[in-house]
Amino acid sequence: MDRDFRHEADAVLMRPIFERPKYFYPLLGFLLSVIAWAAYCYYLQFNLGLGVTGMNQPVSWGFYVTNFVFFIGISHAGTLISAILRMTQAEWRRPITRIAEMITVAVLGIGGMNVLLDLGRIDRVANVFMYGRYQSPLLWDATSITAYMTASALYLFIPLIPDIAILRQHATGWRGGLYGVLSLGWRGTERQQKILNRCIGFMAVLVIPIAISVHTVVAFVFSMTLQPMWHSTIFGPYFVAGAIFSGLAGLIIVMAVLRWVFHLQDYLQPIHFNYLGLLLLVMSLFWFYFTCAEYLTAYFGNEPGEMRVFWSKMTGEYAGYFWLMVMCNFVLPLPLLVWRRFRQVTGTVIASLLISVGMWLERYIIIVPSMANPRGDLLEKGHYTASYVEWSLMAGCFALFVLIYLLFSRLFPLVSIWEAREGREKTLEIVAARVERYKLGEGRLKEEQ
Amino acid sequence: MSRWGMVIDLEKCNGCEACAAACQAECNQPPVGESEARMGRKISWLKISEELTGKFPDLHRRMIPQPCMQCDDPPCVRVCPVHATYLGEGGIVAQIYQRCIGCRFCMAACPYTVKYFNWYNYAGGLPAAEQEAMNPEVSPRPRGVVEKCTFCHHRLLLAKDQARLQGNDPARAVYHPACEEACPAKAIYFGDLDDSTTEVARLAQSHRASRLMEDLGTNPKVYYLARKENHG
Repeated sequence: MDRDFRHEADAVLMRPIFERPKYFYPLLGFLLSVIAWAAYCYYLQFNLGLGVTGMNQPVSWGFYVTNFVFFIGISHAGTLISAILRMTQAEWRRPITRIAEMITVAVLGIGGMNVLLDLGRIDRVANVFMYGRYQSPLLWDATSITAYMTASALYLFIPLIPDIAILRQHATGWRGGLYGVLSLGWRGTERQQKILNRCIGFMAVLVIPIAISVHTVVAFVFSMTLQPMWHSTIFGPYFVAGAIFSGLAGLIIVMAVLRWVFHLQDYLQPIHFNYLGLLLLVMSLFWFYFTCAEYLTAYFGNEPGEMRVFWSKMTGEYAGYFWLMVMCNFVLPLPLLVWRRFRQVTGTVIASLLISVGMWLERYIIIVPSMANPRGDLLEKGHYTASYVEWSLMAGCFALFVLIYLLFSRLFPLVSIWEAREGREKTLEIVAARVERYKLGEGRLKEEQ
Repeated sequence: MSRWGMVIDLEKCNGCEACAAACQAECNQPPVGESEARMGRKISWLKISEELTGKFPDLHRRMIPQPCMQCDDPPCVRVCPVHATYLGEGGIVAQIYQRCIGCRFCMAACPYTVKYFNWYNYAGGLPAAEQEAMNPEVSPRPRGVVEKCTFCHHRLLLAKDQARLQGNDPARAVYHPACEEACPAKAIYFGDLDDSTTEVARLAQSHRASRLMEDLGTNPKVYYLARKENHG
C-alpha cells in the first residue's frame, strides 16, 4: 500500500490526488463564500417570494431559465463529444474524454437546479411526481434530463474503475477504503477488460440519442407554445447545435485551465486544441447557418407578432445583445479558428471565451424579447432587468461548477491513466496496421493501372 | 351542460373601469403597491387596454376589457406540468392554487397574458382591516402561485346550491359574474353559449362579434361586439 506513486508512470496525473495543492484551501474558501452568498440570496427569495428577482409580467421567465438552457447546453460537451470520439476511435480522444464527461455530470446538475430556483413553490416540487402530466413539455425535460444524468454518471464511472484500482495501490486511510469499494474488485484480467470495453461501447451508443433528446426537449419548452419567434420547428436542432457549440467552447476552456493548473502539457497538447478548434469552427458555421435560417424565415413571413420581436432584436431594445451575440459567436471567433496560426491553445481559448458569452446571450435573447413583446396589438411591452439576487445565484452556479471540479480533481485522475497507457502500449501497432492496409489499397490501385 | 361565455359590446363600453374594480373586490385581488405595479406586477384579472386608431383630429379611442378568454382549447392547460390549471365545469379554465408549483409555464404559453403571479405574499401582507373586508367566498392566493379570472366560479357554485335548495336542477342554474353586474353601460353580457335562448348566444352569433386572436385556434369564449368597419 505504501508504494510511492511518484515512481509510477503518469505520476503527474496522481499528484493532485495525493499531494494537496497549496492553493486548495484558499480557493475552496473563496468558492464556498460565493456559494454561501448565493445561498443567502436564495434564502431571501424562498422567504419573500420571486419578487426579489427582476421578473414581472409579461417577462415571467428571466435569468434562471436562461441559465437552465445555457448550462444544459454546456453539458453536451462532455458525454456526447466523448461518445462520438470513442465510437469513431479517434486516437486523440484519450486525454480529453474524462474531462469532458465530468463537465457533463457537474453542469447537468447545475442546469437542472436552475429550474428549481425558478419555481415559485419549491416546497411543492413533489407535485411533479404525484400529479405529473406528460402533456407538459416540462415533464419531457424532467424525464430526459434524468435519463441523461444517469447515463452520463455511469459513462463517467465505468471507465474510471481501472483508474480507481490503480489509485487503490497507493492510497491509505479513508481514501484506501473509498477506492477499495469503488474499484469493484478490478484486477485487470482479460475477461474484466473485455466486459469493461463492452460496457463503455454500449454506453457510448446509448448516450448519443439521449443527449440529442435532452436539448431538443429543452427547445420544445419554448417551441410548443404559440409565442412569436418561439413557435418554430427549427428550435430542436438549433438548440442541439448551439448546445454542442457552447459545450465545445466550455470543454476547451476547462482543458486549458486544467492543463495550466495541473501541468498536463504532456497530455493535453496543442494538437488537441487544434482538433477541437476545428470542431468549434464547424459548429460556429452551423450556428450561423441555423441563425440565418431562423431569422430570415421570420423576417420573410412578416407576421406582425413575430416582426415586433424580430425588430426588437435587430434595431430595438435588444439590438445590443443580438449584435454582440453575432460578434461573439461568429464574426470574432471565425478568423481565430480558420487560420492555423491562431488555432493554438491561446487562440482557441479566446474564441471559446467569446463563444461562451455569445451563447449565453443567445439563450437570453431567445427568452426575454419574445416574452416582452406578446402577440396582439393591445398588449403592452414588457421590460426586464435582472436583480442582484439573480446575478448572485448565477455567480453561485459558476462557483459550484468550479467547486465540483476541484473536489473531483482531488479524488480522481483528470486524465484516464489506463486509457493513456493503452494508447501508448497497444494503439501504435493497431494504427500502424491500419496504415499498412491503406498502403495495400494503394498497391491494388497500382495493379489495376 | 352549460358552456359559459361572455360578450362585451365595445360600442357601449365607456371605459369607466367599474368592471375591473368590481372584479378586484369580488375576487380578492390584492393591491400590489405602486413600485410593484410599475414593475409590471399588477394583479387585475380583468385588465383594460386602450386602443387608438386614426390620427388627430380623426382619432378613435376604444377601451377593451380583457378577462381570461376561457379558451375551449387553452394553451395554458396544455403546458401545466401538475394539472394545476384545467378546463373545468361549464368550460371555465380553473386554477388550483394549492397544487400550482409556480413554474409560470402557463403564463409563458398564454397569448393573451391574462395569468397573474404572486411575486410576493401580496394578499397575506395586507393590513388587518383589508383582510377582513375580503370576500369570504373566494380564497386569497398565497405567494408563488399563478392566479386568473375564474368567471366568478364561486357564484356558479352558490347558484347551484340555491337551485338544489329550491328543488331545481342544479345543472340548469344561471348566475352572473361581478363585472357584468357592475357595468353601468350594460356592455357586458354573460350566460350559456350553448343555450340558444340566451342573449349571449344570440349576440355571439352576431355579424358584429369577433374574438381576440381567433386565428390561434384557442377558441375563446369571450366575444367582442364592434362596429362593422372595425372588423378584422
